[in-house]
Amino acid sequence: MKKLLKTTTSVLAGLTLSFSVIAAGGGALDHANTDINDQKSLQNGAKLFMNYCSGCHSIAFMRYNRIGKDLGISDADVEKNLMFNGEKIGDKVTSSMSDKGAIQWFGTTPPDLSLVSRSKGVDWVYTYLRSFYKDESRPFGVNNKILVNASMPDVLWELKQNKSAEDFDQDVRDITNFLDYVGEPAKLVRVDLGYKVLAFLFVLFILSYLLKKEYWKDVKYGKWRAKD
Amino acid sequence: MDNNKSWIDQRFPLTKVWNEHLAEYYTPRNFNFWYFFGSLAMLVLVMQIVTGIFLTMHFKPDAANAFASVEYIMRDVDWGWLIRYLHSTGASAFFIVIYLHMYRGLLYGSYKAPRELIWILGMVLYIALMAEAFMGYVLPWGQMSYWGAQVIISLFGSVPFIGPELLTWILGDYAVGDPALNRFFSLHVIALPLILVVLVFLHIVALHTVGSNNPDGVEIKKNKDKDGIPKDGIPFHPYYSVKDIVGVVVFLMLFSAVVFFAPAMNGYFLEHANFIEANPLKTPDHIAPLWYLTPFYSVLRAIPPMFGSQFPGVVGMFAALLILLALPWLDRSKVKSIRYRSWPYKVALGIFVVSFIVLGWLGMQPVTELNALLARIFTAAYFGFFILMPWFTSIGKTKEVPARVTEK
Repeated sequence: MKKLLKTTTSVLAGLTLSFSVIAAGGGALDHANTDINDQKSLQNGAKLFMNYCSGCHSIAFMRYNRIGKDLGISDADVEKNLMFNGEKIGDKVTSSMSDKGAIQWFGTTPPDLSLVSRSKGVDWVYTYLRSFYKDESRPFGVNNKILVNASMPDVLWELKQNKSAEDFDQDVRDITNFLDYVGEPAKLVRVDLGYKVLAFLFVLFILSYLLKKEYWKDVKYGKWRAKD
Repeated sequence: MDNNKSWIDQRFPLTKVWNEHLAEYYTPRNFNFWYFFGSLAMLVLVMQIVTGIFLTMHFKPDAANAFASVEYIMRDVDWGWLIRYLHSTGASAFFIVIYLHMYRGLLYGSYKAPRELIWILGMVLYIALMAEAFMGYVLPWGQMSYWGAQVIISLFGSVPFIGPELLTWILGDYAVGDPALNRFFSLHVIALPLILVVLVFLHIVALHTVGSNNPDGVEIKKNKDKDGIPKDGIPFHPYYSVKDIVGVVVFLMLFSAVVFFAPAMNGYFLEHANFIEANPLKTPDHIAPLWYLTPFYSVLRAIPPMFGSQFPGVVGMFAALLILLALPWLDRSKVKSIRYRSWPYKVALGIFVVSFIVLGWLGMQPVTELNALLARIFTAAYFGFFILMPWFTSIGKTKEVPARVTEK
């Protein structure tokens, strides 16, 4: 009987756990290994994104000054290094390419990348950017292993040619890291805050448990009724 | 006027209510782990209402702006990300708590006489909560919000004769769009929360009229002392209020771990595809409702179309919900608690729990031949639990129920 209860309890408790195991799946993506607390990586990623990606791709839910504030870059440096088209510091990061032009050049509009790290995952972004290969049948002479017939040219080819494989991977990792941050800026603070909240709750748990124990002494010894 | 009463008590029965429902509400002394979930459900309800109030201040119920307004909450509103994660995690937590609360009812026969009305009110609450959660999930207007709504609402279109008109009436349009988003918002923030709060009130009034069941299934009111106080009862306050606080803190620790360390729960609390704005022209490869609705979604898919109509599946899905209401009358056992039940009930309950979990898992998977077969088998097992209950609760030898609650 006890065993049955125990089994059913653990089955129910394991419910969410097994769900996340099922969720894993996927297949041949490389591990991005990004670290959102690595500010240097985020700064480099921001610089690379603005230079290589933002011409076509917006991150329209992000503002320039917020990036600066979160990544430890002064407004002046943001304006000098990350802004190219005379935007204002509080503006959202939008590409200056028109939809009409995009369709003419690429056959499609480049998607906004604000949430790509959340919809596709960082491993996908990291693998995708490193999976371009030569394919003369495609308009830009390249194709992609994980997004077959991607409309995007291999914009990072210059980096790939001029750098060692490790340095190139690190650059892609930094861009991925930056996009992970862009997907959820709160990630920079939420984990830290989480430990503090748990520490507080742990103290509260000890106190509440002692309080309960004290009160329940009455129940144990039948003393709760003052009359008796 | 009675001068012995306070100013308030002369005008409002404050002390009377306090005593009747807390300080002199006698509760069995032998509650175990499974008895935390009622108070936790209430905690989550309050949390959902409070966080919902703040989300409503910033959310735009407009197909053109809804998705962006959620991201605005996540980025530009002070602490908006926390409020939103509390709310989204709260939805899943609500169902985890409610499922455990319902399972407690099954373990200890809490639905049996004289508590049938508590059970029925609880089941209506559960159905209302599912509607509330479903409509809430549509609001962020991501791909899964949109296509999930499209799939679920289109079920109403399969109702014979009036289906297409009914569908248009529900949506205010020919497809899920701005009018649907607006009315779901209205139902989600006003109508259904009001219904939930009223039902919770009634659920508790009914509970306090008959008193709580307990892990032994013994009626403590049958054994009263000379003052009319149940011998196995203790006042809810302070004993269970302080005990429930411990439960609340433990719950909050687990809850915070999700909110702060894995708010999307790897796609199970916030689906990956829902971070892409709704696009009526682009159907996702795989549409699945959130985990708490999937057992019933599985039942829907398990029943094949008949005469070219999906309607039988829809009937099956609603039957799977409504049959829960009949539980108090399907159970013929003399004893309430699983501690004293005969073995056939224990086996049947085990099969039922496994069926429910497997159906939930299948509801998230794409349909394959094997999955469809499994869904049919476990749908049969699910309904079998209820249909065969009058039989398997009346056979086998039950253990003798003690006169008083037992201590561990």
